[in-house]
Amino acid sequence: MTGPLLDIADLRVSFRSARGISEAVRGVGFAMGREKLGIVGESGSGKSLTGRSILRLLPPGAILSASRLVFDGVDLLGAAPATMRELRGRRLAMVMQDPKFSLNPVMTVGHQIAEAYLAHKRASAAEARDKALAMLEAVRIRDPHRVYGLYPHEVSGGMGQRAMIAMMLAPDPDLLIADEPTSALDVTVQMQVLAILDDLVSERGMGLIFISHDLTLVASFCDRVLVMYGGRVVETVDARRLGEARHPYTRGLLACLPRLEGGEGDLATLQRDPAWLATP
Amino acid sequence: MIEVDRLTVEFGETRAVDAVSFDVAKGEAFGIVGESGSGKSTVLRALSGLNRHWSGRMAIGGEGQTQHRTRAFHRHLQMVFQDPYASLHPRHTVDRALAEPLRIHGIGDREPRILRALREVGLGPEHRFRYPHQLSGGQRQRVAIARALVLEPGILLLDEPSSALDVSVQAEILNLLQRLRRERMLTYVLVSHNLAVVAHLCSRVAVMNAGRFVEELDVATLRARRTQHPYTAQLLRASEGYDRAAAAALVTFD
Amino acid sequence: MSDATAPREWRAWLTAEAPSSRLHARFVRAYATARIFLRNPLALAGLVLVLALLAVAAAAPLLAHDNPVAQDLTRRLKPPSAAFWFGTDELGRDIYTRILYGARITLGIVSLVVVIVAPIGLFVGCVAGYLGGMADAVLMRVTDVFLAFPRLILALAFVAALGPGIENAVIAISLTAWPPYARIARAETIVLRDSDFISAARLLGASPGRIVLLHVMPLCLSSVIVRVTLDMAGIILTAAGLGFLGLGAQPPSPEWGAMISAGRKFILDQWWVAAFPGLAICLVSLGFNLLGDGLRDVLDPKQR
Repeated sequence: MTGPLLDIADLRVSFRSARGISEAVRGVGFAMGREKLGIVGESGSGKSLTGRSILRLLPPGAILSASRLVFDGVDLLGAAPATMRELRGRRLAMVMQDPKFSLNPVMTVGHQIAEAYLAHKRASAAEARDKALAMLEAVRIRDPHRVYGLYPHEVSGGMGQRAMIAMMLAPDPDLLIADEPTSALDVTVQMQVLAILDDLVSERGMGLIFISHDLTLVASFCDRVLVMYGGRVVETVDARRLGEARHPYTRGLLACLPRLEGGEGDLATLQRDPAWLATP
Repeated sequence: MIEVDRLTVEFGETRAVDAVSFDVAKGEAFGIVGESGSGKSTVLRALSGLNRHWSGRMAIGGEGQTQHRTRAFHRHLQMVFQDPYASLHPRHTVDRALAEPLRIHGIGDREPRILRALREVGLGPEHRFRYPHQLSGGQRQRVAIARALVLEPGILLLDEPSSALDVSVQAEILNLLQRLRRERMLTYVLVSHNLAVVAHLCSRVAVMNAGRFVEELDVATLRARRTQHPYTAQLLRASEGYDRAAAAALVTFD
Repeated sequence: MSDATAPREWRAWLTAEAPSSRLHARFVRAYATARIFLRNPLALAGLVLVLALLAVAAAAPLLAHDNPVAQDLTRRLKPPSAAFWFGTDELGRDIYTRILYGARITLGIVSLVVVIVAPIGLFVGCVAGYLGGMADAVLMRVTDVFLAFPRLILALAFVAALGPGIENAVIAISLTAWPPYARIARAETIVLRDSDFISAARLLGASPGRIVLLHVMPLCLSSVIVRVTLDMAGIILTAAGLGFLGLGAQPPSPEWGAMISAGRKFILDQWWVAAFPGLAICLVSLGFNLLGDGLRDVLDPKQR
């Protein structure tokens, strides 16, 4: 496979509102291979929309444009709806924040995973069931047979999110987009889920886009970090070298985090510079 | 100021809070750290009188408390909720939200009090007649804090006051809470899942898991990582960001 | 201050980001809501129809061609023509004029019913939902009892007891129309009861009465308003039904339902006697339905 797994240039997403057109994503561009890429930003930075643009799963009324939106040689922008349906799930997958809202409440967990598998691979119902059980084991659920028959409201947040990951990885995608996958989870459960994601991504050679508001978490988990502000990428930094970040927004964000070692004095606050929103 | 002895809260068969005891001195900031389902918010709800199905002993301001609270009690203790989008009435302006407690307790001279409350939390008269949906998350939380303080209570219960906010806004709200405590000599009970936030604002911390306090320590000890209970150590490690080896070592405590 | 700047200043005042007083804030909100509403063409159509009803009822004497009760047997059952726009009925009365005056009766019945029914339903539902427990159970069983009564049968019973007439028709309709509002209000209240802002109000020391009246009821109001508007059509039809049965407005009152009833005998040859009142009922019902749909789109918090 030559070329990057995902190649984006000048991605723009805008919405029509009563006051005219507002741009939520304003010229985002990056390329990634089979690595863990983090996209960090606060609310309103456009990070979730960027993730959804790749899957072309934007809310109605959103206007998408890009000079390049290519996934493994396939042009996503010009793709027909049928092509996109083929790609989604099979090669491009997405995990969202709260399994309570992203899992179908009236189907058992196991059944949903089996369905996800059947949607993209020809298999018998028994094979799909076996695959679902195998996936539940892969996400380290201790009693897969029992959990197979549970409904989403009967499992804890961490387990639901692991089930979601199992469902999304069943068809063996090439790229996984995770939008705040652990934000609704407790810190210890978060670590465990991230470890599972880490292992699965390395084992399968997948690419992972990890979208979050938590800069330190993303920096500790991913290989590279994109910092977004006001619809743009203001900085791209190697995760291990986060401390050397140069953009004042990134530095400001790092400075205002409360730290365990920190003193009693006031926390630094972020002074927003309107220049950050200007076109470079 | 606050004395709690063997507080227990049961929801049907489950014990959300199991024989929790702690004391908070006047002017102190006491933190309760735990994950979701640990019962930490339930402790606050029992303290505030929102939850009436508790047993044990509770004394606030030296007076023993029963399941029912008098109206006068609410002038001494107030609470700030986690979600600024949910804790303000969607159809009441900021002005109305701040005037309501004054009206309930029959306090006159509302105008200067409201303006003062707004100033104290860093808002201006231009925010006074806005509706919550016209305010940002940080501004809403400031209004919630102003509303809690307009009755001039001595005790403020804080239920994850900054976790629903953006990181940059969180710093501003934490600084505001710090300043208000110092200026008004308030007593805080702060509940959070974030160790760094609790360490920043509080002097003593209790670590809660499955309804029990597993450890109580002062913040200096926490910072030096001289913890005793393995659960606390685990929380500390998890708060330092993702680490593959550390993640493997995590155990689920029951 | 020139004329060109005056509308711009009004607009600026109505869309102000930082209102300067409570009243100003209310106006700004109302303006924003109105703008969303007016963008929906069907809702606009509904509003126009309802306003037309109001206008016609108000201006009936000015718009009418004749006296609604004046009989002239020489011109009975004349078809629609230039002189008589909707034709004449079996007693020679101008149908067009009767329909105009009938609008007043329809509007009167509908307004009275709504004014009685909505506040009672809202209050009962909110109290039941907020208090829960025994109070909730008792109030809801009472609601169920009234819900179980079939409207027209109850109206018949009333008429048998008290005699026919508009007032009794209104009472009869009201008695069976309030339960749905109680249910809607109760359902909304149960959801709202656990919100943080209600907990905050309790923490401030507000009494349950204050919370129900000032915090909960205003939030249930939009659902009730939407339901009321959508129910209007049903109320109009019930009133017409009563009139049709001779239980509502008595002759010679130009009530639309009674007019249809009278026109039954001639429906094949002189269709206009029954058709035009029927059309009027249709249009007004349609207007309220469209208006109700539009209001729901604007007022429903979930769709915001």
